[in-house]
Amino acid sequence: MARLSPLIVGLVFGLGLCLSGMTDPRKVLAFLDLTGDWDPSLALVMASAVTVAFVAYRIAGKRTLSLTGESLQISTITTIDAKLLGGALIFGIGWGLVGLCPAPAIVRIGFLDGGAALFVLAMGLGMKLCDALFGLRDPSGGAQ
Amino acid sequence: MQIDWVHFTPWSALGGGLLIGLAAAWLVLIDGRVLGASGILAGLLAPRPGDWLWRLALLCGLVASAPLARHWFAVSDASLATAGPILIVGGLLVGFGTRLGNGCTSGHGVCGLARLSPRSAVATGVFMAAGFATVFVVRHLLA
Repeated sequence: MARLSPLIVGLVFGLGLCLSGMTDPRKVLAFLDLTGDWDPSLALVMASAVTVAFVAYRIAGKRTLSLTGESLQISTITTIDAKLLGGALIFGIGWGLVGLCPAPAIVRIGFLDGGAALFVLAMGLGMKLCDALFGLRDPSGGAQ
Repeated sequence: MQIDWVHFTPWSALGGGLLIGLAAAWLVLIDGRVLGASGILAGLLAPRPGDWLWRLALLCGLVASAPLARHWFAVSDASLATAGPILIVGGLLVGFGTRLGNGCTSGHGVCGLARLSPRSAVATGVFMAAGFATVFVVRHLLA
């Protein structure tokens, strides 16, 4: 796999996160604060991101290889179990506590934000802790 | 519920979402991978031969995007005001939870929903609900 391609993906992804407001915890928490002064912006972020990605996954779904001949590594797991539910619950609590999810936290390191670096360090530790307790090794190595 | 129209930013939200969607589209169509930040980081923390350099490259791109965004979009780079212990607890929960549930906002919330995965739809519903509930408790019950 060419290394330049994932680097560009990271840049575009990060620019999108910054422009959308996802890297600003105040913006994220204002979206999660349903009973306060609710800022619906992030619902639009998700809607437009999912729409574009939907088209891409439609195309990818008809193929066995990527456009450049790489194998498509998309999860085939379909089970909805306690690990999925518990994991999503724990993640959501952490997200609501700080207002940062994994990608925006990593982007913020680029602002030389020590607090974000601390958050990412703790995040890595949390991942290692989970692996140690549950021995999770996703064969695809990717999300879901 | 009352909508905060003053801070509502529909155009930058739609534009930013478009870029996020394009990044997800590019990664799956060109590199054959799912754009899930937590999975990409976790795979780098437990590296396997031939499967770590692309992850590192992508995460470097994420970090490098910050100064560009500050320059192009005048994005605020103000440091987090959250107290250290909260950041540590939050980070631990986010890391542990995304690993246990195999995905985060990008993997489940964008890519999973885009490929109509019921598993990702359930995960997204649960972490959103947990986020809403947590902010309600912190801002309206404890404050």
